[in-house]
This record gives sequence, C-alpha cells and structure tokens, in this order.
Amino acid sequence: MSSVQIRDVRKSFGNFEVLHGVSIPIEDGQFVVLVGPSGCGKSTLLRMLAGLENITSGTISIGDRVVNNIQPKERDIAMVFQNYALYPHMTVGENMGFSLKLRNAGSDEINKRVKRAAEILALTPLLERYPRQLSGGQRQRVAMGRAIVRDPQVFLFDEPLSNLDAKLRVAMRTEIKELHQRLKTTTVYVTHDQIEAMTMADKIVVMHDGIVEQMGTPLELYDKPENQFVAGFIGSPAMNFLKGHVRVNGVATFEGPNGVKLPLKSAPANSDGKPVVYGVRPEHFTIADDGADAEIVVVEPTGSETQVFAKVGGEQVVAVFRERHTFKPGDKVRLKPDPSLVHLFDEATGKRM
Amino acid sequence: MAVMAEPVAAQIKRSSLWSRAFESRNFLGAMFMVPAIAILILFLAYPLVLGLWLGMTDTKIGGVGRFIGFKNFVSLSRDSVFWLSVFNTIFYTVAASIVKFAIGLYLALLLNERLPFKSMIRAIVLLPFVVPTVLSAIAFWWIYDSQFSIISWVLIKAGLISHYIDFLGDPWNARWSVVVANIWRGVPFVAITLLAGLQTISPSLYEAANLDGATNLQRFRHITLPMLSPIIAVVMTFSVLMTFTDFQLIYTITRGGPINATHLMATLSFQRAITGGNLGEGAAISNAMIPFLVAAILLSFFGLQRSRWQQGGRD
Repeated sequence: MSSVQIRDVRKSFGNFEVLHGVSIPIEDGQFVVLVGPSGCGKSTLLRMLAGLENITSGTISIGDRVVNNIQPKERDIAMVFQNYALYPHMTVGENMGFSLKLRNAGSDEINKRVKRAAEILALTPLLERYPRQLSGGQRQRVAMGRAIVRDPQVFLFDEPLSNLDAKLRVAMRTEIKELHQRLKTTTVYVTHDQIEAMTMADKIVVMHDGIVEQMGTPLELYDKPENQFVAGFIGSPAMNFLKGHVRVNGVATFEGPNGVKLPLKSAPANSDGKPVVYGVRPEHFTIADDGADAEIVVVEPTGSETQVFAKVGGEQVVAVFRERHTFKPGDKVRLKPDPSLVHLFDEATGKRM
Repeated sequence: MAVMAEPVAAQIKRSSLWSRAFESRNFLGAMFMVPAIAILILFLAYPLVLGLWLGMTDTKIGGVGRFIGFKNFVSLSRDSVFWLSVFNTIFYTVAASIVKFAIGLYLALLLNERLPFKSMIRAIVLLPFVVPTVLSAIAFWWIYDSQFSIISWVLIKAGLISHYIDFLGDPWNARWSVVVANIWRGVPFVAITLLAGLQTISPSLYEAANLDGATNLQRFRHITLPMLSPIIAVVMTFSVLMTFTDFQLIYTITRGGPINATHLMATLSFQRAITGGNLGEGAAISNAMIPFLVAAILLSFFGLQRSRWQQGGRD
C-alpha cells in the first residue's frame, strides 16, 4: 500500500496537449475515482500512472519514489483493463499466477496465493477453465484476481464495468467496494459513469478537457459543485439550469426566462442585475402554491419515485418526487425549488457564486 | 365454370409441387451443391483418378497403355535416381521450410513494430512473391552462373576467395543454391501471413504482460507464440506443400542437375513422363508423392485442431 502523488502532469501527443497540468494527491488506502466524459484524459492519466504512456512533464510518485522513468513492471502496480486482457491460452489459475511465475516464485507459493485470491473472489470452482468458457462477470473477477494475487502497492481500474450488463454492473460495483474495504489497497478507478463514482469513491476527481474541474468526497461534489460543469455532471437526473438575472428588491429573487420568478435564499454581494445560471436539482423541487407556474410535459414513474418533465417559463425542467403524484401531460402545477439548496453560477465564467 | 375450374386446379396442383420442392431445405441444398460438386468432380477427382490409373499402366506418348498393376512402383523401388529425388525433395522441403519460417517470423515481428517507412518496407518484403517464378529463377541462374556470378565476383574483389565458386556444378552447392532461391521466394508468404496473425493479438495482452513483469523475451514466449500457433500451423502446412511439389524453380535453374543432385520428385516425374515419353512411369512418380503430402496434411490437421483454449462455450 502506498500514497500516490500526481504533480502538474501534462501529456501531449505530438503538438496536441491532452492533459494540461493535473495535480492529484492520493492518500494511502484511498479509493479515488477519476470521472469525466470521454476524451477528458482520465484513461490517459491512468495509463501514465501504470507506465503504459510516458509523461510529457510533471511527476508521478508512488510511495516516495518518482516513477516517471521506471518501467511498468518495476512500479508494483496491478491494472484491471476494460476488456480484461485475460490471456486466452491460459486457465483461470494460470492467468492469476502468471505474474508470480514470471517472478520465479515457487509453485507452492503460486498455488497458495492463487487459491487465496480465488477464495476471496469465489473463483475456486473455475480455476481450471479457460477465459472463453467464462461469463462476462466471471472474467471481470478473474481480472481482479490477477491483480489481487500480486498484492501490489496500487490497484488501477480502467472502466472495468463498462462491458457488463446493467444488473451485473451494480453487483460488481458493490463487490469491488467491499474488496477495497477488505484489502485497503490504494485504488485509482477510471469511469465515465458518475453513479459508479458516487457510490464507490472516497474521493472523486472530476475531469473535463484535460483539467481537473473539482475533487472532493462524493457528497461535497453533490452539495457544493464549484462550477456548472461539475454541477451538471454529478447527480442523476442532471441538475436543471435556467438563465436569467439576480434581482435584489428587498428580497433576493431570480428572474428567469419569460419573467419567471424563483426564490433565492440570499443574493451574493453586488449581484443585482447580474446574468447568472440558476441551478436546481430535480429532487429539490416541491409542489407549492407559491411556486412558479409549470405545465406538465411527460411523467415517468419508476416505482420508487416519479420523474416529471415540465415547462417553466418556456424552458423544460425535470423534477423528481418521492410522492406518487397523478399528473397528466398538460396539467398546470406550481413548482417551487428549495431556496436553501439552490446553486447560482456566474453565467460568464460558470463559477459558483 | 366447371370447364374452367379443372385446368386452374391442375395448375395449382402443379405449381404447389414445384413450390413445395423449392421450399424443401434438402432439395434446395442439393440444388445449390450441384455446381460445386460438378466442378470438384470434373477438375479435381477426375484428373486425380486418371493420374492414379495412369501410374498403373505402361502408357507412352502416342500409345495406348496396358494395365500393369504396381509394376511401375516395383521398378521405381529399385531405381536409385528415384530414391535420390525422394531424398532431394525431403532435404529441399525441410531445409527451405525451417529457414522460411525463421526469416518470415522475424520479418513479421519487425513489421509489427512501429517502424518508419513501414508500408514501404512491407511492399518490398512482398516483392519476391510478385515477380513471376521463372523470371526470378533466371535471375538466380545468373547469380549462380559459373563465370558471371556476382557473388563470386564480389567475394574475389573483396579478396575472400581466389577462384569462382561452382554453384550449380557441385551436388551440395547446387542443392543449397536452389534451397536459397526457394527461401527467397517463399519468405514473403510466410512473413505477411504471420504479420496478419500478429495483428489479431490484442495490444492490451502485451500491456497486461508488461505490468505482470514480463520481459520482451517472456512476452514473445508466453503471449506471441501460443497466440500465433494456429496461424503458424496453417502457414507452415501451405509452405511445406508448396515446397514439396515445387517444379518451376528447379526446372529453370538446374533442370535437376548436376547428375540428378537437385532432381525433385516433381521434376523427375516431368522428365520421365514428358521429356522421356513414359507417361505411366512419370505418373507413378507423381503418385509416390501422395503419401508424403497426406502425411503433411494429417500432421497439420492434428496440429490445427483447435486447442482447448480456443473452443467457445461452456463445458
């Protein structure tokens, strides 16, 4: 186990810079999730950490050793690939023991460690099978088994669940988290799925276009997104954004499209008349008499909650209710955001106000 | 109405018989197979059977042969030239195939790496395959010429030897010379096919092996070689079959000489059958190649049987 320090790391492919100076401190034993839309550089960063891509500038250290010029096999890390990268000509047991075999470990030692890892992952009955004879979830577990057997300083996961079906993905999510709680090995996990990030991470790093937008605990990111990108990326369904102005007239209000007025808890200093983006999460709407006029467009019940799409001031917003409202398309309702849970962003910079 | 009804009913009955036939999978399947079977019988089975039969007759050019059973084979078994050609063929095949495999694999591995001018190098590697055999054979004939050989000339100018090498006049020199010519022609096929095989191996396997701590050599031994083995089996089967039955190179460069030292079974068969006019005996020599070829095919058949790891599904 080890801490990992990523300091001002840049990466260019030719003249094209994909990472513009990324710094991420990772504590010993932490489960860090790099999350962002495709093309944000998260996988590249992970591959640089693994040593599969070289580092254009900046430093990466594992423990107290700078690994920039250290070969992947010397870095004492294990990686789980998106396509699992299991050796098709080796059995599950051979796959898991391969790294030990290369290290000239004795066959007793290999057997012991493979057996232990197989027990942890419930792979014992499959040790003699070949990867082709396994289901997707089993292959995924073998890939993790291959990592566990090594007992490395750091685990790296590169979108490991994206090839699984939805149900299995949820199950494996829990399994990986449980595994981490048991082994307490420092883990860096890359995904584009914010739900995976929210459910698994000790610390989430939101990346976008080669920079870190924000890092923090899942709830920090949910409660206090530093900018409009993070606000829109974290949370499902995504946060609603309405463009308009702040009006301070005794009480602070937000004046949105087509004169819609929405409540504010307080106005930031010197913000009267300022163009802003008003952000409210779908789950922070209530039906109230003093709310804004809204017309129901679509109602989507999921059982545990109901998602309601409605027009407010001509803009479509989504609201989520735990209660079972029986709205029909065309119904007129009044939607009221909870003013203490509203986010305001500067329209020009996208920064939180 | 009754008059009209009858032919209509008959028509329906007739067409329904046809349409039923055309809807039957077995009938349709048989229909679609007819052209393929006809081609196979006409151009493969018939000549093969004719060749087998010819080998059991004493047919000469211009004459009608009699069936003489295995007499051709009996006389061949006492024919030292025939046994020499068998030895030559096996030597030629084994020596050329081993070297073709080694060089081909080396080139394939090289071309699979990131190289500058890769596509140009790949085109150059393919060249020997593109040049007509007879043309390249003539080029080799000149290279090996006893008076004009460029190899001898270079070595003499370099002061390494004092007189011209007699490439095609000495039995062993001649054997190695034609082997080299065959290697030159055969390497592109092996290299390009193995390259195609290499490109099917997922790069993430190498990355995983790299993280697992494998050196370059270990990656080759534990990933490349086992993953490539099915392709190697196919390529080498083809290569062996083509080398074993080679005719053009030998016939153009040495015509089987000196003193039959480079006669392959194919060239000997041609010489006895066409040049010498003994069609029956020539056919018998050709037929004698069949057991060797069948053995090679069987070997690769068992080698090619999908290993357990390639089989899909669950047990």
